[in-house]
Amino acid sequence: MRRALGVGLVVAIAVVTLAFLTLPIVGIFVHTSPGKVLDQFSSPVVKDALVVTLKTSVVAQALILFFGTPTAYLLATRRFPGHSLAITLVELPLVLPPAVAGIGLLTALGHYGLLGSSLSALGVTLPFTQAAVTVAVAYVASPLYIRQAIAAFEATDSRLTAASRTLGAGETRTFFRVVLPLARGGLIAGLALSFARGLGEFGATIMFAGSLQGVTQTLSLAIYYEFDQKFDATLAMSGLLVLISAVLLLTLRIALSWQRSPSTRSQSLFGLSGSA
Amino acid sequence: MATVTLDQVAVPLRAFRLCLSLTVDSTIALVGPSGAGKSTVLNAVAGLVKPIAGSIRCDDESWFDAEAGVFLRPEQRRVGVVFQDYALFPHLTVRQNIEYARRNAADEYLERFGIGHLERARPGSLSGGERQRVALARALARDPEILLLDEPLAALDAHTKVDVRAELQQLLGGLEIPTLLVTHDFEDAAALAGRVGVLVEGELRQTGSPADLVARPADPFVATFTGANLLNGQADGTGGGTTGIRLGDGTVISTSDHGEGAVTLAVYPWDITISNSRPDDSAMNVIAGLVTAVTELGNRARVTIGSLSAEITVDSVRRLGIEPGQQAFASFKATGTRIVASKGGKQ
Repeated sequence: MRRALGVGLVVAIAVVTLAFLTLPIVGIFVHTSPGKVLDQFSSPVVKDALVVTLKTSVVAQALILFFGTPTAYLLATRRFPGHSLAITLVELPLVLPPAVAGIGLLTALGHYGLLGSSLSALGVTLPFTQAAVTVAVAYVASPLYIRQAIAAFEATDSRLTAASRTLGAGETRTFFRVVLPLARGGLIAGLALSFARGLGEFGATIMFAGSLQGVTQTLSLAIYYEFDQKFDATLAMSGLLVLISAVLLLTLRIALSWQRSPSTRSQSLFGLSGSA
Repeated sequence: MATVTLDQVAVPLRAFRLCLSLTVDSTIALVGPSGAGKSTVLNAVAGLVKPIAGSIRCDDESWFDAEAGVFLRPEQRRVGVVFQDYALFPHLTVRQNIEYARRNAADEYLERFGIGHLERARPGSLSGGERQRVALARALARDPEILLLDEPLAALDAHTKVDVRAELQQLLGGLEIPTLLVTHDFEDAAALAGRVGVLVEGELRQTGSPADLVARPADPFVATFTGANLLNGQADGTGGGTTGIRLGDGTVISTSDHGEGAVTLAVYPWDITISNSRPDDSAMNVIAGLVTAVTELGNRARVTIGSLSAEITVDSVRRLGIEPGQQAFASFKATGTRIVASKGGKQ
């Protein structure tokens, strides 16, 4: 009797938790419908925000891939003095409040910032441009990709890379033909996480790039600014972001199950334990 | 056939420093307990580990020379490595695994190793024996000057092991490539290699033919490794051409070897006879005790009486009705014993 009561209590708590997590999503779709979402695409605010978001996100994620992958590989395969410091630096933006990150970017890359004069000498002004959105997103989202990539690279069996070397493949060929295919699942999962984080970016972007419609106003920013004027548009944009996020979450799950398939080595979910 | 020479190759390991010289011109097995540095020797030859001193040559080509500052990377040496657990690429098919070593070589090796029907399979779906064949095919497709095998039979269950060992034995016999294999199992080493080196804590204790190591083990370690029972005791003086060794429990063992002071005696399990009643024959040594274990290995069985291990046929176990918990007599001849260490310093 007492045991049944205990089990019932735990089940009830779990139901409350799951309801708490899903209700906000349900709320969005109760107040809007796919038709309404599509209608809102004729609104210039929504259209502009979507274009800005996609453009900046894609560029930011490309930059994260290009710079993050070699960095993660180096940190995963080499041990050198200052290794754990480097890991900590990679993780820094993860724990920094986004508003602080925005101020940091301004004081580093802004007009009067550390690198401001060198940038202006090159004719580059970053703050309040679309490039600034990309920089803010890349700064805030990159740790999620790099951490996951480090875990994925660490999880690839070092005997397989050794085997590749003894079979006549140099380090570069080994990387592209053995390491990359085996780490693929983890890398895609990392990218999905990083993409999701980038989509939601708000604090750093508004500090460093502002919220200019058609230039720097992303979906997240537009939702905030349209909130008290056009609630329908806000709902539509929210619905859109929910859909994109759902796709990303699905990608993440599939990619991780890939990584954990029996043909490769196992890896912890999100790989967040194996990086330090 | 090429000759690979290791000269005073030194690699620091956690607890000790590996240091050895070895000439590989046929099939040689390194045996030793885990952590003895066996795999490190293979890694040094393959170029996966850089030693801190010494040199490694393949005929006239220097692969590593600490003094001259020569170090060829693994891909620059022609070595074929069969890793423990085989290290097949899980994302590639059997054919692609072989072609990784050499393009256009797959057909030849698929046929030679009888794995043509597996060419599209991925390593994850293969049996242990099949994996080994793929690993060997891949290593040989590299056209190596030396073949390195790391614990080639350790990944297999006892049942497949016997078959795969026979297969490997046949293959190595037909290869014109010097081969260095490491194993923790003396029996495997003896079956596969003509020469065996015993590696303990990074140091080669003894090298010789398997028969040599069994007949004349240099020290107690080599003796246990070749499977001998070791009995510690005190030499009790000579009488009638044999030496009496008094063991800790007071039993006196006769040996045809000579020794003084504290000695260690080696007796091989296959030299020990088991009987239900005290035997009356030429065997000078009889130890009575309780049977503590009977382990069957194919058609042979290991019978443990006290601290002694005897090897007899399963047929005999059945015939005598030997079971754990029973009283039995283990007997062996004085000529079946070897003094492998004594305080007097017979090493």
